[in-house]
Amino acid sequence: MAAQTVTEKILSRHAGKTLKAGDLAIVDVDAAMLTDTTAPLAIKAFREMGGTKPWNPARTALVIDHAAPAPNERIARLHDLIREFARDTGSTLYDVGTGICHQLMVEDDRVRPGETFFGADSHTCTYGALGAFATGVGSTDLAAIMLTGKTWLKVPPTIRMEITGRLNPGVEAKDLALAMVGTLGIAGATYQAVEICGAAIRPLSLDERMTIANLGIEMGAKVVLLHPEGLELPYPYDADAIRPDAGAAYVRRVAIDGSALRPQISRPPIPDDTVAIDELLGTPIHYAFIGTCVNGRLRDLRAAARILAGRKLAPGVRLVIAPASRRVFLDATRDGTLATLTEAGATFLPSGCGPCVGTHNGVPGDGENVLSTANRNFKGRMGNPQANIYLASPTVVAAAAVAGRIVDPAELVGE
Amino acid sequence: MESAFRGRAHVYGNDIDTDRIIAGKYTKTLDLQSLADHVLEDLDPEFRSRLVKGDVLVAGDNFGCGSSREQAPVALKVAGVSAVVARYFARIFFRNAINIGLPVLEVPDLEAASGDEIEIDLEAGTVRNLTRGTAHRAAPMPPVMIEILGEGGLVAYLAKHGTYRLATG
Repeated sequence: MAAQTVTEKILSRHAGKTLKAGDLAIVDVDAAMLTDTTAPLAIKAFREMGGTKPWNPARTALVIDHAAPAPNERIARLHDLIREFARDTGSTLYDVGTGICHQLMVEDDRVRPGETFFGADSHTCTYGALGAFATGVGSTDLAAIMLTGKTWLKVPPTIRMEITGRLNPGVEAKDLALAMVGTLGIAGATYQAVEICGAAIRPLSLDERMTIANLGIEMGAKVVLLHPEGLELPYPYDADAIRPDAGAAYVRRVAIDGSALRPQISRPPIPDDTVAIDELLGTPIHYAFIGTCVNGRLRDLRAAARILAGRKLAPGVRLVIAPASRRVFLDATRDGTLATLTEAGATFLPSGCGPCVGTHNGVPGDGENVLSTANRNFKGRMGNPQANIYLASPTVVAAAAVAGRIVDPAELVGE
Repeated sequence: MESAFRGRAHVYGNDIDTDRIIAGKYTKTLDLQSLADHVLEDLDPEFRSRLVKGDVLVAGDNFGCGSSREQAPVALKVAGVSAVVARYFARIFFRNAINIGLPVLEVPDLEAASGDEIEIDLEAGTVRNLTRGTAHRAAPMPPVMIEILGEGGLVAYLAKHGTYRLATG
C-alpha cells in the first residue's frame, strides 16, 4: 500500500477501502454537532428528507451558544425548537451557558483521535488539534449526515507545514496561528488538508493546539491535523493512526521559523492581513474582547490576568470577556483569575460565542477600534460594519486594554 | 430547475466572505425572506434595490469564505439571484449552494462588468457574456453534485434516493 497522509489514513478507515488524494468517497461519520445558528435549518431539512431520529443520537450534539441566552423572542423560539428536537430524538443538548460548541466537544470527550467529525460550524476544524478529521459543513449537509450517518467528499491533498525552533516568551499559539494564516493566505489551503508538525508544536498543550487548528478555516482548509508528538490526552490513543506514513505525498511543504516570530496582529477587514505587532504600536483601542473558540480557555484568561493583575483598564477602554465554557468559568473562579480580571475592570459575559458573531452582547460603536482574540475580522463581523476589528493573542489584547493603545506586552511585563 | 437561463451581471471582487453576504445578526431565523432582505448589505447597500429576479452574481477568487452559514446561499437564492459565477469558491459555500439548489459555476476567465447580459447553460457547463460576445467553460463538478443540483437540492435528492450515490445512473 502506498504511503498515506493522515487524511488518507483516517478516511480510508472510514470508507472501508484505500483512498488517495483526489478520490471521491462516501465515508462513515463518527459524530456530529449543530449550533443555534445552523440547527434550525438542519432540523427543517432533516424532517423534509423524511428523517425522524439521527443515525446515532448518542453522538449527535446540539449546542446553544451563538446567541445565548436568547436576546429576543424570535431567537428564544428557535432555542425551544432545538431543545424539543434534542428531547424527542435522544440527542445531547448543551443549553445556554454550558459553553462554546468547540470547547465542549473536546472538554466533554465527544471527539477522539482518528475519528471523523462533522459540525455545522466552520471552526469544527479545531478538533484536528487531537488528530480528528473534523470539518465544517452547512445545515443541509448536516441534516443528510443525521439521516444517513455518512457523507460524500473528495479526499483532499495535504500541505505539510513545519514549525521549527521554539516560540519566544510572550509569543503564543495565537501568534503562530495568525502567522500561519498570513503565510498561506485566506484561500491558501482551499480544498486542502494541512498537517502541522515541528519542534515548536511539541511543547504545546491541548488548549494551545486547539487555538492553532481553529484558524485552519481562515486559510480555507478542509481540515487541519496536528501531528501527535507531545499530545497529551486523558486516555490512551493510537498515535500511529494520526501520524503520516514515511514517504506520504504532499502537494506543498511550508516551513515557519517559530523562533523568529514576534507577536502578530491581523488588520481589518481580513484575517490574513497579518503583521508583527511592531508595525501597529500606538494604534488606539476602544474595545478589547477576550473569548471565543480560539482563545476563551483557562490558559488564555490566565495570560490576560498576568498582564492585568494590579492594573486598571485605560480610561475609555471596555474589556469584555466570555469564558469558553462553564467549566473554564468555574476553574477561573477557583484559582482567582476571575477576581483579578474583575478588579481590573473586565465585564464578564455568559460562556458562549458572545460578540464574535455580532448577534448580541457587545456590538462595537461606529469608528471604534476593537482588539479581539477571535478568528475573524470581516466587515460587520461583530454586528457593526463601521467598526474596525484587529485580531491578536489574549496577552496582547490585555496589554492594549491597560494602555488604551496597541503596545508590546513585554513593556508591561518588565515594569 | 431550468438548465439554460439569462440574467444581468452584478460584479464584485475577491474574498467576499459570508458575513458580507448575510451578517451574523440576521442568520438566526427560519423566515427565509428576511435573509433575502439583508443580502450583501455590508458589501453593497444598493444591491437589493438594483437586483432583478434572475440576475447573476459574478465574483473573483474565494467567493463565500468564512462561516459555514447556509443562510448565505439561501439569502442569494431567495432574493432572486439565479446563479453565482466566480473564479473559484470557498469549499463550504460551494457545497451549501449546490445543496440548496443555487447554481454555482467556477469560471477562471470570465470578463464582465455590472450590467452585462450573461447566459448560463448548466447542462453544457458554459457561461457566455452576450454583451461582449465571449464564451467560457465552467470547471466540471463531480457527478453526485450534478445530480443533487438536478434534483433541486440535497433534500429532494435524499428524499428520492435515501442515500448518496457517487456514480451517475
